[in-house]
This record gives sequence, C-alpha cells and structure tokens, in this order.
Amino acid sequence: MIDAVPTVRAGGASLPVRVAGALRDVYIMTRRNLVHIAREPMQLGDVTIQPVLFTLLFVYVFGSGIPVPGGTYAAFALAGLLLLNLTTSSMGTAVGLTVDLNTGVIDRFRTLPMWPAAVMVGRSITDVLTATVCTLTIVVSGLVVGWRPETGAGQIAAGFGIALLFAYALSWLAGCVGLWAKGAETAQSFGFLVLFPVSFVSNALVPTRGMPDWLRLIVDWNPVSAVTAACRGLWGNPNPSAINSAWSMQHPIWTAIAWSIAIIAVCLPLASMLYRRRTTD
Amino acid sequence: MRENMVEAEGLTKRFGTVQALAGLDLAAPAGSILGVLGPNGAGKTTALRILTTLALPDSGRAQVAGYDVVRDPAAVRRNIGVTAQNATLDELLTGRQNLLMVGELSQMRRADARVRSEELLRTFELTDAAGRLLKGYSGGMRRRLDLAASMMTRPPVLFLDEPTTGLDPTSRYRVWSVIRGLVDEGVTVLLTTQYLDEADQLADRIAVVDHGRVIAGGTPAELKRLTGGARLEATLSVADQAAFEALRPLVEGPFQISEDGRHLRAPVRSTAGLVTRVVRVLDAAGVDLEDVAVHQPSLDDVFMRLTGAIPESSVWPPDGQATMKPELQEVIR
Repeated sequence: MIDAVPTVRAGGASLPVRVAGALRDVYIMTRRNLVHIAREPMQLGDVTIQPVLFTLLFVYVFGSGIPVPGGTYAAFALAGLLLLNLTTSSMGTAVGLTVDLNTGVIDRFRTLPMWPAAVMVGRSITDVLTATVCTLTIVVSGLVVGWRPETGAGQIAAGFGIALLFAYALSWLAGCVGLWAKGAETAQSFGFLVLFPVSFVSNALVPTRGMPDWLRLIVDWNPVSAVTAACRGLWGNPNPSAINSAWSMQHPIWTAIAWSIAIIAVCLPLASMLYRRRTTD
Repeated sequence: MRENMVEAEGLTKRFGTVQALAGLDLAAPAGSILGVLGPNGAGKTTALRILTTLALPDSGRAQVAGYDVVRDPAAVRRNIGVTAQNATLDELLTGRQNLLMVGELSQMRRADARVRSEELLRTFELTDAAGRLLKGYSGGMRRRLDLAASMMTRPPVLFLDEPTTGLDPTSRYRVWSVIRGLVDEGVTVLLTTQYLDEADQLADRIAVVDHGRVIAGGTPAELKRLTGGARLEATLSVADQAAFEALRPLVEGPFQISEDGRHLRAPVRSTAGLVTRVVRVLDAAGVDLEDVAVHQPSLDDVFMRLTGAIPESSVWPPDGQATMKPELQEVIR
C-alpha cells in the first residue's frame, strides 16, 4: 500500500473485498466513538447515573403511592424504567451526531475512500453498546430494589433482545433527528418535546386502568407500551395491560417487534438520504 | 505534453444568489504544482470542494487522476489527499490516532499505517505531541497534522487549501520543502493560497481566479511580464513639481502620486544605471530626494492589477490635481 512512486490507483475490488472493507470501516468508526466515550465518560451519564436515579426515584417515591395489581411496584416498574431510560438516552445520539456534523471531521471522512454509510452505521452500533450498558445498570439497580425475573433464561434473554432491538430502532430515529437538526440545541429540544412525552404517555411507569379511554387508546398503541408489556410478559412480572382489549396489548411481543422494524424501515433510508443531503453542496 | 492529473472545464456553481464559480477551467499536468490564487470569495475553495468530491458542480466537467469527480467519486478518493481550509480532524483523538484512523479508513494495513504515521509525525515535527489529544493542539500544529493526514497514503494528487495559513515562518518553509519533495517524487499538487510569495516560490503554473473564473494563467514569470515591467518609486523631501518634469524622459507612463505630493511612482524600463540617472536629473532640477528604488514586478503587482485591488484613477498630470486613494497611499509607503 505504501508506494515509492505515486501511481494512479485503479478501483474495481471484488464484492467480498468491498464488503470486508465496509465492515472494517464500521469497526473503525465504532472504535472511534468508543474512544470518545472513554475520553469524556460523562457522555455515559444518561446510561449509568440517570438509570440509577430514576430507579430509586420511581420505586421509592412514586412506587409507594401507586398500587400495582398482582405484585410490587418494583417488579412492575423495572421494564418500564428500562424503556424510559433507553428512550430518553437516544437523545444523546441526536446531539452527538449534530455536533459531529458541525465539525470538519465529516469533510475528512468524505474525501477518504471509505464506505460513506460507515459513519452512521458505526454510530448505531455504538448506541446498541451504550444501550447494553444502560440495560445492565437497570438490571443491577432493579435487583437491588427487589425486582426479580420469574421465568427461564430463554424468555429473560428474549425480553432484553426486544428492548435492545427497540433501542437500535430509536438510534436510527435519533440519527435522523441529528441529521435534520442544525445545532445541538435543536436536537436537545427534540428529546424533551418528543421523547419525554412518548416515554411517559405509556404503561411504563403507571398502570393504565384509571386513564380515560381516549388516552388509553394512545397509550396502548405507543411502541414504548408494547415493548414494556412484552418485557413484563417475558420476565413474568406484573403486567396489568394484559387485560386491555387492544390488539397491541394482547400481542405485545409482535407489536414491539413490528414497531421496531417499522421504525428502522423508515428511518434507515431516511437517515441515508438526510446524510447525503446534509453532506452535499 | 504530460497527461493532466487535474482537469476542470467550465465548472459553474451557484449558492443562492451568489455565483461562486462561473465557468472555471484548470489543468495541472502530472508531477507539477498548480497554484490557484485569488482574493477571498473568488471561488477557490468551491473549486477545490468540487475537485475533491465534496461538492457537485452545477455544470461543467472535472477529472482527477483520470476519473470523473461526479461519476466516479470513489475512484477519485482513492487517489487524492486533501487538506481543507478548516481543520478536519477528530478533536478527541490524539494526533497519532488521527493519522492511523485516516490511514485505516483509506484501506492501509494497520502496520503500514503505523510506519507511515510515525514518518509523517517526524516530518511535521509533531512526534512529541503525537500522544496528546488534538483539542490541546495550537492552530499551527493542527494545520501540520492536517497536512500529514492528507499525505498518509502517498496519494498521487494532493489538494491543499491555503496550506500554510496560520503557520509561523519556520513551519511555512518546512511545509514548502515537504511539498517540493513530494513533487520531485511525481506527486501532482493543487494548492490555493493568498500568499503571493508562496505561489511564486512553489507553483509551476498559476491560475489567478476572481469572481469564479480564471482571469489569468501561466508561469510566475509569464504573469509578472503581464504587469509590463519595473516601476520607479521615489520619496521627495518636499513636494516639488519640478521632479515630474525632470523624470518625464526616464519613465514610460503616467505618475501616481500620494496626497502630500512627496511619494511618486511610475513605470520604467529597467536599464543599467537607471537609479544613477534618476538621482542626477533630480539633483540637476534642485529636488531633494529621500528615497528611491526600482522595483522588479512581483506577483503582488500582477494580483492587484488583475483583481482590481488597485485603482488606476490617480494619475498626474493631466489636470495637475495630485490626488490618490488611501489604499494606494498605503502601497507606496
């Protein structure tokens, strides 16, 4: 690769070579994002400190006032807390991406003979890794406050798989927001204006029995509700929504998977379009 | 005639109401340095962004290393190294990590990338800082690391957008010698610059760009010839119209005079003993002279002449009114 005399390099590598090159580019971009996190560990605050705080806050403050049919509030709330944290922490992706796009480093990447999509794919993989950290934090804090999964290893793992699939979908959604937002503040306010309502207007932290019908309709079809209900079902935790008549609450696993796939199917092509538009002049 | 490694024909590009490029033509033969010279906003950076696949032209055609920049950007990227005007490296990586990342993303093997990055860190005197995060680098260090990054894969074509802006003189000379060394190895370089001496020192050919098109092109020597030769500059102790009458036979065109009438300038044909004669005729006319010099044309003259940076309105005579625009005054002093 190091030539003594510079000669023009022809293209036309075979498909397997190109695929291997693309995977390597994704690995390099992911590694770069992880180095960033290691340099500025506070970037991980929303998947380490925040989950612990939320768990304590909800279980001890709200939990003591919210009766849950068929179990303790801690057993009920853990899946919801997981979803709350996964959803709100995806805001970090939007902000991080916007910041990245506003520095010159993207221009450098764009003049290199790399797979252009590696920038976005690498970020989504980093997001899954941080979502895993978030999940582990929640599980440990949940175990401390009295949550226990009541089912077999396969079902427990399936629950985490569905939650992480949803986190991956959210990462592409947040990626679109980051690509669309002109600055970090815009991306940040998206988090407050969209992600907070979406995670709270759900069955994540309160049983939905007392809600008016129109609100419960929204709540039952909220993807956060579906993923939460799916996890509760798979972990054998109290799941009051199971008696709701909405199809989404009767089949939360399929609803959760369908939502995740739908979000990815829309946001992945949209992200690549936005990336091209954002980086072409 | 050698094959052109960079070739652009009729590039146009409009941003809203601003016509950044209005039919730009450029050509850089293999193994040469093409200097693109022009004032701010002339379209230099836009042209470079098109040639490096960062922007698409509205019309026109460009080839780099034989590949079309619009139809085959991936092939172009394999053959170029780019140093943009703004730093384009990762603030949260060290200098060394930045170079390795650029090398690896250019499909270099990791071992090769290591060897090459150490070599470049030495070349640009960054070895001591290599383990530090980029956010602690000074502007000049970033600039040098950016240059090193563009050379990681030893690309056959290098694009450098104002490569020495922000560098101290020592680093500047060092960068010049690195660039010359690369061209000796056969690399083709296209560089934009606002420093005329940089273009003069480095470029084999220069394209002067203004308002999105090339308004003059040629070797530095050819361009200097465009200004029409040398000029005389003299400073009198006191303003004295007798000076002009005395100098008239020696000069080849109209005088330019400062407001206080003491500084004057005129085109001359550079001949042996010219200054001696100037001093003699002024002495004979009873004019006291403080300073006198004959300047050979520089690229500054070409640049200012071509881009209209100097108005030629202040001419003495015909009307005897010795007036001069302030910016011209600056130049003469």
